[in-house]
Amino acid sequence: MIATFRIPGAGRLKQAETARFSFDGQSYAGVEGETLASALLANGVHLVGRSFKYHRPRGFLSAGAEEPNALVEIKRDSARRTPNVRATVQELYDGLTAQSQNRWPSLAFDVSALGDIASPLLSAGFYYKTFMWPKFAWKNFYEPRIRAAAGLGVAPDQPDPDHYSARFAHCDVLVLGGGAAGIAAALAAAETGVRVILADEQVDFGGSLRFESGAMIDGQDGFAWAQGAVATLRAMDNVRVLSRTTAFGYYAQNFVGLVERVSDHLQNLGRELPRERLWQVRAKRVVLATGAIERHMVFADNDRPGVMLASAARTYLNHFGVAVGRNVGVYTANDSAYAAAIDLKKAGIGVAAIVDLRDNPTGSVIDEARALGIEVNFGRAVIRAGGKLRVSSMTVQPKNGGGERTIPVDAILMSAGWTPSVHLFSQSRGKVAFNDETKRFVPGTYAQDCVSVGACNGTDGLSATIDEAYAAGAKAAKDAGVKNAGANVVKGTKPKVDASESWSRGMLGAAPGAGPDTTVKAFVDFQNDVTAKDIRQAVHEGMRSIEHVKRFTTNGMATDQGKTSNMHGLAIAAETLGKPIPQVGLTTFRAPYTPVTFGSIVGHARGPLFDPTRKTAIHPWAEAQGAVFEDVGQWKRAWYFPKAGEDMHAAVDRECVTVRKTAGLFDASTLGKIEVVGPDAAKFMELLYTNPWEKLEPGRCRYGIMLREDGFIYDDGVVGRLAADRFHVTTTTGGAPRVMNHMEDYLQTEFPHLNVWLTSTTEQWAVIAVQGPKSREIIAPLVEGIDMSDGALPHMSVREGRICGVPTRLFRMSFTGERGFEVNVPADYGQAVWEALWAEGQKHGACAYGTEAMHVLRAEKGYIIVGQDTDGTVTPGDAGLDWAVGKKKTDFVGIRGMARPDLVAKGRKQLVGLKTKDPKVVLEEGAQIVGDPKQAIPMTMIGHVTSSYWSENCGRSIALALVAGGRDRMGETLYVPMPNATIEVEVTGMVFFDDKGERLNG
Amino acid sequence: MLLIRCPYCEEERPELEFRNAGEAHIARSADMAATSDDDFEKFFFIRSNPKGIIYERWRHMHGCARFFNAVRDTVSDRFLMTYKAGEPKPAKLPGAFE
Ligand SMILES: [Zn+2]
Repeated sequence: MIATFRIPGAGRLKQAETARFSFDGQSYAGVEGETLASALLANGVHLVGRSFKYHRPRGFLSAGAEEPNALVEIKRDSARRTPNVRATVQELYDGLTAQSQNRWPSLAFDVSALGDIASPLLSAGFYYKTFMWPKFAWKNFYEPRIRAAAGLGVAPDQPDPDHYSARFAHCDVLVLGGGAAGIAAALAAAETGVRVILADEQVDFGGSLRFESGAMIDGQDGFAWAQGAVATLRAMDNVRVLSRTTAFGYYAQNFVGLVERVSDHLQNLGRELPRERLWQVRAKRVVLATGAIERHMVFADNDRPGVMLASAARTYLNHFGVAVGRNVGVYTANDSAYAAAIDLKKAGIGVAAIVDLRDNPTGSVIDEARALGIEVNFGRAVIRAGGKLRVSSMTVQPKNGGGERTIPVDAILMSAGWTPSVHLFSQSRGKVAFNDETKRFVPGTYAQDCVSVGACNGTDGLSATIDEAYAAGAKAAKDAGVKNAGANVVKGTKPKVDASESWSRGMLGAAPGAGPDTTVKAFVDFQNDVTAKDIRQAVHEGMRSIEHVKRFTTNGMATDQGKTSNMHGLAIAAETLGKPIPQVGLTTFRAPYTPVTFGSIVGHARGPLFDPTRKTAIHPWAEAQGAVFEDVGQWKRAWYFPKAGEDMHAAVDRECVTVRKTAGLFDASTLGKIEVVGPDAAKFMELLYTNPWEKLEPGRCRYGIMLREDGFIYDDGVVGRLAADRFHVTTTTGGAPRVMNHMEDYLQTEFPHLNVWLTSTTEQWAVIAVQGPKSREIIAPLVEGIDMSDGALPHMSVREGRICGVPTRLFRMSFTGERGFEVNVPADYGQAVWEALWAEGQKHGACAYGTEAMHVLRAEKGYIIVGQDTDGTVTPGDAGLDWAVGKKKTDFVGIRGMARPDLVAKGRKQLVGLKTKDPKVVLEEGAQIVGDPKQAIPMTMIGHVTSSYWSENCGRSIALALVAGGRDRMGETLYVPMPNATIEVEVTGMVFFDDKGERLNG
Repeated sequence: MLLIRCPYCEEERPELEFRNAGEAHIARSADMAATSDDDFEKFFFIRSNPKGIIYERWRHMHGCARFFNAVRDTVSDRFLMTYKAGEPKPAKLPGAFE
């Protein structure tokens, strides 16, 4: 079945297959290889959407990426629903399902279109004015309603099942745009043998050669020449040709982002193909051949379905073989619309009249139109389009006023001229310049190694375009300075233009049909429903800069980024302001050129691949034991080990009690570890930590504090001295990378005279903490070569030997206050040694404990956690750690910062313990503390809770807090106001359990 | 994404491999403990934040891991040159533009 509006013999899809598709539930037949827009038009469907603000019926304006109106949802299945797809870009496949958007209940009858009648309320700036009063109504009333009624498509609500890939590429010459200019530039560059990438957003290369019937190059039809030239390029090893690929962003140093649509046009996606591919290309030279975009005429009701750009109607006819109507009208201010009228007339389509705003234009196309019997009217304007769901007439009037005449039509083709596409040039930070003669912005000052050619450079005519592009391509290749001629480089000659079309000029701004009448809707920006009246109103209300006009009216702010509207909006603003256009200025072009999916930006970095997951050597054992894990940075850490029937609290209470009664095993492998080695290792440690290190004997350990230069605590950890020239430094789990960076920074840049090497060994050592009164009995049977008696291996010492036959660094240290050890073994042996220790531990009734019990046990002893009990504004003094600062030292990082007046002033927040008056109440971490609970709100807060737990060992809750002047408040009662009650607390010391520390040797 | 030349690797590499480390040529006093409040303020808190040429430190984090200095134009983001840590501020800049 041939659809009604398909013209036999026209178009280039002759051998194509039939594709069935549906739109809003209605089935249609189309042709594979055409766009959804072309297929709908072939079936006589023009009404495809409702506008953003007024819900006015809309059709197709264009045949390409600049389309502001025809946005649809493409639905493949429940998860694959893509909103805001331009029907003019989406290729048809068999089974395609599309739906219109932004309408309720149906496209033909939309209740919200009442907004069109009530539109005086919705004029420019309406967001700023209408919804400001009363204040509370915004959140509860206006916002939900606006969000429901406005907006374009609906975002999908399921995870995206497709995958997206990414490629980095380097080339000598990157050519953006595959029309005549881009192809010529690519040919010239490729012939030299340099690496060339040529990209175009369309399926078919050729750009405007897709619709220009009058172009002849090298003796062939222009489009056929383009296909041949691209085939030549594809066959060359040094050339990569990318179709369906949009350059969306031009970044610093010729770094260009492109998205290739790989499978959106395919019926069956399959898993092997990504949906889209992100190309990040670094090019030595970039050739911009991005063409020009036709502008519409601004007149009343110029948005009726069936009113479209002349070049779009020509594309549908000459490329897809589809007529956009049976009896079309033409409204123009330049020559290019004549060519459209001529092509349509020759294809047997009625052309009711050409209305030309110009007074007495001359030219061959005008003569040809007349010769074909088309009525041509000069000096007249279309002041109104008739019809609602489809244009039905155009009303014509002499442009200086006079009698009206209404001509029945079923489509209006319009052209106000062509706007050079300087988007990417502008993104490259190039400055555009206004050409007053041709009334257009063209590339002016360049900021990067790129060049613009053809229509985007304001070059008119095919011959001049090819001359310019071919020369630019050759120069770009030469400037890239590469001599690596490929094996199969095809040496060619400059393409010769035998025939071409030429059209330039046109008009900017509102035509007479846009009227001064305030009820007229002459659209400037179709996607954001901005009319000529809105722009004028913005100026009348005081907007002077085009950037303000843009934001006040939202002109050019929709997803089409004002591709068709910017110049008209600017011209109307300039006219109203009575200023020349360049003085009003052009708004900034921003990336992306067309919308880019989040999927293509994210690529494979999602789900488990979003961020690396780090697991310790002992992780599989913990998993098998049913441990519950928590995320600590990138690490998965065993949080607690619940037994059958235990909740978290029961498990943690049992683990805490067991450690102090017998013993517990804890996987401490995530501790950061840095090996500091060299003749000057001790000197280096003296400078990086507050503590003295020179006199620490090999075999002994010390708790070290690292400050930043400002005197605040940066990290802490136990450091073991293995030899005169070797320290085993531990850091907090999260702090390892930044501590390493901090150390490297000082070693490389401040203390380069020190002979020291730093090596991160975090992942080399598995660390098994064995803590509790039975810890030595558990470890000792497995250890060789280390005397484990208290005399030989006292608290805070380290020995090297073997455990279970593998090398170990055995630390005697404690983060629980119990007798304790940390067994370091090479990570590959971690789980085996753990299992051996576990078997020994079972004999004594030991448990495995997780990070939650570790936190409780250390808090019972008042041991701080950097980053939890400190927050980057806590000094060693604030934390009660003055004892760890070497008093005789003359330098270390932070020594001067610590002495700043504010850091030694009285009343600083200090770490203290808190006991709730009711021992059963557990404070919330982060809760604020006040002195007087009866004071007026807002209360003066004197501190906050940093750590808080239920301690089964103490039989009560315990907490640490930073409190102003805390150590002078011992025994004082303070208050923690919470939403439901105010909690009374007593200030105490930080040690809640075994305050004499006897259990370290117990 | 910028391209940065590491003076140790002698290669231009993508910005992803590097990490900025703040302004360069701010010397830490050899007698830190005796520094006056004013001098410490200048050393620790005050930065030039120019519109134009800035001397700054970078680290080739995911490469050779070395810290080095760079001269960058904060308007264009262009790197005029890079040089090794410890080398003096260059007297003349290549290809400098306003
Ligand atoms: Zn390097």
